[in-house]
Amino acid sequence: MTPQVIVDGLMNGTLIGLGAVGVTLTYSILRFANFAHGEFITFGAYAALAISGILSTTVVGFGEGVGVVSISPALIVATPLAMALTAGLALALDRLLFARLRGKSEAISMVMASFGASMAIRAAIEFGFTSSPAYFSRELQIARPIGFGLKATPNQFALLIVAGGLLIGVHLLLSRTQIGRAMRAVSENPSLARAAGVDVEATIRFVWILGGALACAAGVMLGLLVQIRPFMGFDLLLPLFAAAILGGIGSVAGAFAGALVVGLGEALTVQLAGAEWRAAVAFLVLIAVLLIRPSGIAGRPA
Amino acid sequence: MSDIPVLAVKGLVAAYEAGLPIVNEASVHAGRGEIVALLGPNGAGKSTLIKAIAGLVPITGGAVRFDGKDITHMPAHLRIREGLAFAPQTENVFGSMSVDDNLRLAAGVLPHARRAGRIVAMYDAFPDLRRQRSLLAGRLSGGQRQMLAIARALLVEPRALLLDEPSAGLSPKFVEIVFAKLADIQATGVTIVLVEQNTRAALALADRAYVLVQGRNRHEGDARSLRDDPAIAALYLGGMETERAE
Repeated sequence: MTPQVIVDGLMNGTLIGLGAVGVTLTYSILRFANFAHGEFITFGAYAALAISGILSTTVVGFGEGVGVVSISPALIVATPLAMALTAGLALALDRLLFARLRGKSEAISMVMASFGASMAIRAAIEFGFTSSPAYFSRELQIARPIGFGLKATPNQFALLIVAGGLLIGVHLLLSRTQIGRAMRAVSENPSLARAAGVDVEATIRFVWILGGALACAAGVMLGLLVQIRPFMGFDLLLPLFAAAILGGIGSVAGAFAGALVVGLGEALTVQLAGAEWRAAVAFLVLIAVLLIRPSGIAGRPA
Repeated sequence: MSDIPVLAVKGLVAAYEAGLPIVNEASVHAGRGEIVALLGPNGAGKSTLIKAIAGLVPITGGAVRFDGKDITHMPAHLRIREGLAFAPQTENVFGSMSVDDNLRLAAGVLPHARRAGRIVAMYDAFPDLRRQRSLLAGRLSGGQRQMLAIARALLVEPRALLLDEPSAGLSPKFVEIVFAKLADIQATGVTIVLVEQNTRAALALADRAYVLVQGRNRHEGDARSLRDDPAIAALYLGGMETERAE
């Protein structure tokens, strides 16, 4: 085992964290596990791929990497646009599907509906982009020493900073702003939140926007580090839920912590036992949490 | 008191489930600066009535007018912007948020420039809350929670305050403190409509009262005359002399 595990684990953990925050927010406000969240990640990656593709063919020099980083200006411009599109997809899905079921059906109907939406979105993406993997850049990145005997590729380093910044931003948003207080209030007691003047419907829309945008960021990150394929988000679903449940479902800070544990656990397993065991980690974490402390790290025991 | 009531509820029908009205044609009115108590036996629909006025229970018939404006079908979060505030009986604060965040959340309905000033005003009015501003509201005692719930409702400078059993679960000493606070609030011209099980305390505080039975008005009148009517006390108010056993 080498200390390099820490770099891989952190990368992996922040990526899972970006997705897990969305899952946990949706759960805490809307009270259902959204299985379509994985497809927000996939959709986000493909949206960024499509937009950056258009930009790099229309703007001269826009498709090349910047300095040592193989992230092109086209992708940097495309990502916020893709985040907006993914937020739009989440809002549209809520309007077309979840809003119609809300308050009228059991949580399990919402979960099943999200499962159906997940399959439909994935199939549409496969139809549009084929099932063969795509890449933002085919340039080979060489890991460089970053101190303490650790190595990271310039891309990893840049992404770690951006993703960490996003997660800190979400934390500040939730703890310091009025919309953050509104989200916490709706999650604890929707009826009291209404009485206190919170527009619950607007708050729900904001949660979809935030969850969709962060999922897209996770998708772009995953696409840069590995590859883009129609199952990329679906395959991430288990680690996302493991992180959210480990952190205590509904707790954003818990989801960060859970994601780091799952991410480091996966990196450690790949080093010690081999890459084929990677997927087992999230599963084991999930079982362990459910057996030992079902309420998670930050959750209150029921 | 002006002639137009601040709050006028006429023939209100409210139901959690369609076809099963809990409130069945109840009517209540309250003038400016008046304290009105809603009394009655358990299950009379008092609590559902006040929640329906606050916009939290679906209204299927009748009308609610506030300052002359029809608000029967206005969403709850807009009613507080009109100046109609509500403090529920249980789960009346956000326990996972600090005292300060509870007040900041409520201040969200005010224009930016007024928010900080109103929070300071609430801390001045409720000094206990200032001392515990960074504490999670879930760790407050029952009495302090009730104070926070009232402060949260008052923060927006409402013209009318709806309270669901402000004395519930409080020690007699705290009931006295809360009711003294309500008298202070009334003195500033705010109309108060409250549901109470503690009928003796409620009739001592209120100007007028309604007795509800099975979701509709059974008696109404000024508090003093209801208090002195032994028949009403014996029939509907559950033994005024013994007060609540719990």
